[in-house]
Amino acid sequence: MYQVRIHGRGGQGVVSAAEMLSVAAFLEDKHAQAFPSFGSERMGAPVMAFCRIDSKEIRLREPVMSPDALIIQDPTLLHQVDLFSGVTTEGLILINSTRTFGALGIGEFVEGFHPDLLCTVPATELALKHVGRPLPNAALLGGFAAVCDQVKLESVIAAIREKFSGKVAEGNVAAAREAFDIVMKEREEASHA
Amino acid sequence: METQQIKFYQTGTFTVGNRLLDEQQRSVQANMQRTNSLNSGHRACQGCGEALGARYAIDAAMRAANNQIVACNATGCLEVFSTPYPETSWQIPWIHSLFGNAAAVATGVMAAMKVKGRKDVRVIAQGGDGGTTDIGFGCLSGMFERNDDVLYLCYDNEAYMNTGVQRSSATPPAARTATTMAIGAAPGNAFGQGKNVPLIAMAHGIPYVATASVAYLRDLEEKVSHAMTVRGARYIHILVPCPLGWGAQPHDTIKLARLAVETGLFPLFEAEHGEVVRTTPIRHRVPVEEYLKPQKRFAHLFGKTPAVDTIARIQEMANRNIRKYGLLEKND
Amino acid sequence: MLKQCEGSHAIAESVALCRPEVICAYPITPQTHIVEGLGEMVKAGDLKHCEFINVESEFAALSVAIGASAAGARTYTATASQGLLFMAEAVYNAAGLGLPIVMTIGNRAIGAPINIWNDHTDSMSMRDAGWIQLYAETNQEAADLHIQAFRLAEELSMPVMVCVDGFILTHAYERLDIPTQEQVDAYLPPFEPRQVLDPGEPVSIGAMVGPEAFMEVRYLAHHKQMRALELIPQLSAEFRQVFGRDSGGLMRTYRAEDAKTIVVALGSVNGTIKDVIDELRDEGYAIGAATILSFRPFPSEELHELLSHAKRLVVIEKSLAVGIGGIVSHNLRMALSGISLHAYTVVAGLGGRPITKASLRSLFERALRDELEPLTFLDLNQPAIDRELAREKERRRSGPSAENILRDLASGGPR
Repeated sequence: MYQVRIHGRGGQGVVSAAEMLSVAAFLEDKHAQAFPSFGSERMGAPVMAFCRIDSKEIRLREPVMSPDALIIQDPTLLHQVDLFSGVTTEGLILINSTRTFGALGIGEFVEGFHPDLLCTVPATELALKHVGRPLPNAALLGGFAAVCDQVKLESVIAAIREKFSGKVAEGNVAAAREAFDIVMKEREEASHA
Repeated sequence: METQQIKFYQTGTFTVGNRLLDEQQRSVQANMQRTNSLNSGHRACQGCGEALGARYAIDAAMRAANNQIVACNATGCLEVFSTPYPETSWQIPWIHSLFGNAAAVATGVMAAMKVKGRKDVRVIAQGGDGGTTDIGFGCLSGMFERNDDVLYLCYDNEAYMNTGVQRSSATPPAARTATTMAIGAAPGNAFGQGKNVPLIAMAHGIPYVATASVAYLRDLEEKVSHAMTVRGARYIHILVPCPLGWGAQPHDTIKLARLAVETGLFPLFEAEHGEVVRTTPIRHRVPVEEYLKPQKRFAHLFGKTPAVDTIARIQEMANRNIRKYGLLEKND
Repeated sequence: MLKQCEGSHAIAESVALCRPEVICAYPITPQTHIVEGLGEMVKAGDLKHCEFINVESEFAALSVAIGASAAGARTYTATASQGLLFMAEAVYNAAGLGLPIVMTIGNRAIGAPINIWNDHTDSMSMRDAGWIQLYAETNQEAADLHIQAFRLAEELSMPVMVCVDGFILTHAYERLDIPTQEQVDAYLPPFEPRQVLDPGEPVSIGAMVGPEAFMEVRYLAHHKQMRALELIPQLSAEFRQVFGRDSGGLMRTYRAEDAKTIVVALGSVNGTIKDVIDELRDEGYAIGAATILSFRPFPSEELHELLSHAKRLVVIEKSLAVGIGGIVSHNLRMALSGISLHAYTVVAGLGGRPITKASLRSLFERALRDELEPLTFLDLNQPAIDRELAREKERRRSGPSAENILRDLASGGPR
């Protein structure tokens, strides 16, 4: 079973991200469970959503305590909330940012992690470019498909098209594709370094 | 040929009014084919205004609806005396659910009939003042707001009678009830704001609102019949004296129901979509004392030292109604 | 058809397939997505021959349902928590009148303190009102149980509550099979009421019943639920035939055949429990689990049989009977008559406190060593409690305890 935890703020589509990820896994004939963790609902408050992926029925009903992967939609949470609880050095971390892990102040924290599993992608910028709205979730999932072998980009794209329609869907798809490419390149560079 | 509309008033019998009117204008009660929706054998008190009002109202509704009526009753006197276990005096489909939900239950029945394509079946919700103005107020307002096709009949005897005459928001100022005893510095019910449900119904803008009194039974029948020609939320507020609760003689029920109107304390009017369209003028105005005196619930206002100020305040309420509804102006 | 969708959405789709005629609901977290889904279907014309009514309170919601059901329409509503309490009078009324209304409860805690998260306090508060109560373990089951519920309700003329853990199930996306209209039509025939408001055949519904007959009427309600003990498994078996999967029934066991220790629970927590059972079984412990699916009627006989060879019983419950302990446990007591075993009540997950695999694992290990108290509150923050008790001891006006504890935790008090 593969466990993903997504962090962000209310209004950034964190819950939708988890749902789309689960749909992507479903489209690959896997079992997936996605659910939110609610605090008081308001725009801007820290929120978490979870997604589990497995080849068989998922019976476990608890928040993801030991994530295999972390997706951080809002880096301003980095030094405010304990985002990394339960993460091991085997973990995958994808951050919505133009800055490096070092510049974000967590360079030391990720020492010992696999460098090709530590990625950043400017998802908000991509969303603004392709969709015109600063909602980074779809783009992030595109990036996620590049670093995580649980879902393929095509599945993510199909999931995006299920959740959104028309121009917004295509814009998100374009953002996801570009994010995928960016992360693939980043990983290549990291493994050559 | 010039014609003149003549109105026949209650003289204690139906002789005047029925024989001289054409059949459709006669009281439903004079018709051998009337439904007797609320059949005899119920356990109402002698002189019960509510039983009288309900019988006339429901039979009139049945005639207007070709006998396709379902009634939803709130808990209260009417429900209790009409269904003394193991009997029922209802000859129509009838449901009693709870005290405060008659309007909502009626909405549900109406929705079911609509879904089943039974547009011909009409729904009536009915309850006393307690079940309407107090505990049933939320559901009533909801039904009004949705403009559900329900006719709500409120039988107002101005207190929670079935449980032993406790004060409701319809209890008039100064009236004695079991929870507003005629003792102390301010005996009887307080002079509050009152809760004028007909006006509140009008504020919802529903298609038809009317007040009626069991002293004017043909008028009540006409108002109910008219209401049945309208689709949407309708409300009729009927004053029904309660001999027991009012401390009056059973044979005075109709007299008191008339005096309430003729003092101006209970104005008779009809409204459509929030605007008054018809009022019944007072034929013969009387001072409020004449109405209050025969009722023991107001006895503490009289006697050796009459509560002149209180009576004056009640008179002012009557005056205000007369001004507001133009009750002394001649109708054309 | 297989779909990846939210639990609420699956419930809405299943209810829609049952051809409901009147739906009325008042919004309350966490049931909102269900009624929103149904409302959308009606407005879009996908769900035809259905009146969707927006009401002004939960009390109105169930009252409208009462009227509609009494008039012969297949009726549905949904609520949770405070809403269920607000309609409490109508809950008893619907059962007493024998109306086959189906209602979803998105299980949620009841305040004060106000809390929007999951536990079973709400449906437990109405356990004796005369409704059948079914608890779904998964979202698939939640969807399926509604189909079975209409059938059950209408055959018995008795209302049915389908209880679905709020957020944990209602807001979770899962892989589900949504049945076809043909399958549902084959399983659920049109509603044929035992009593109906019909001008063609007038009846009076809701008359007063005095001392002469009240006991008999109430006995008949109980008798109906006893019949439900047989009908529920039958309908579940029939469901299996038509839809091809196991869903519903009175209870379900997991690796309990030779178990000396049995864990009993209701609802979604059973999923986590099963994962822990597997781990412990792999280590050689004879431990198994039982999910109670029908809480009313209570499957006493089945539980008695299951527990007759057990040495140890652990009841995990998301409800608390203040002043006495567990609710499920006390209901189970009756089924334990004649059986001697160690019984442990564990109150867990109140107000949405996550019940983790790790906590359950450690709990079961202690149970296996008989190191548990008869009543345990799982993962209780004892230091925070002790500090509040100290505050209360120190000052008369110690303040609202909820606020005090929140401040205590926010300021990072020692755990």
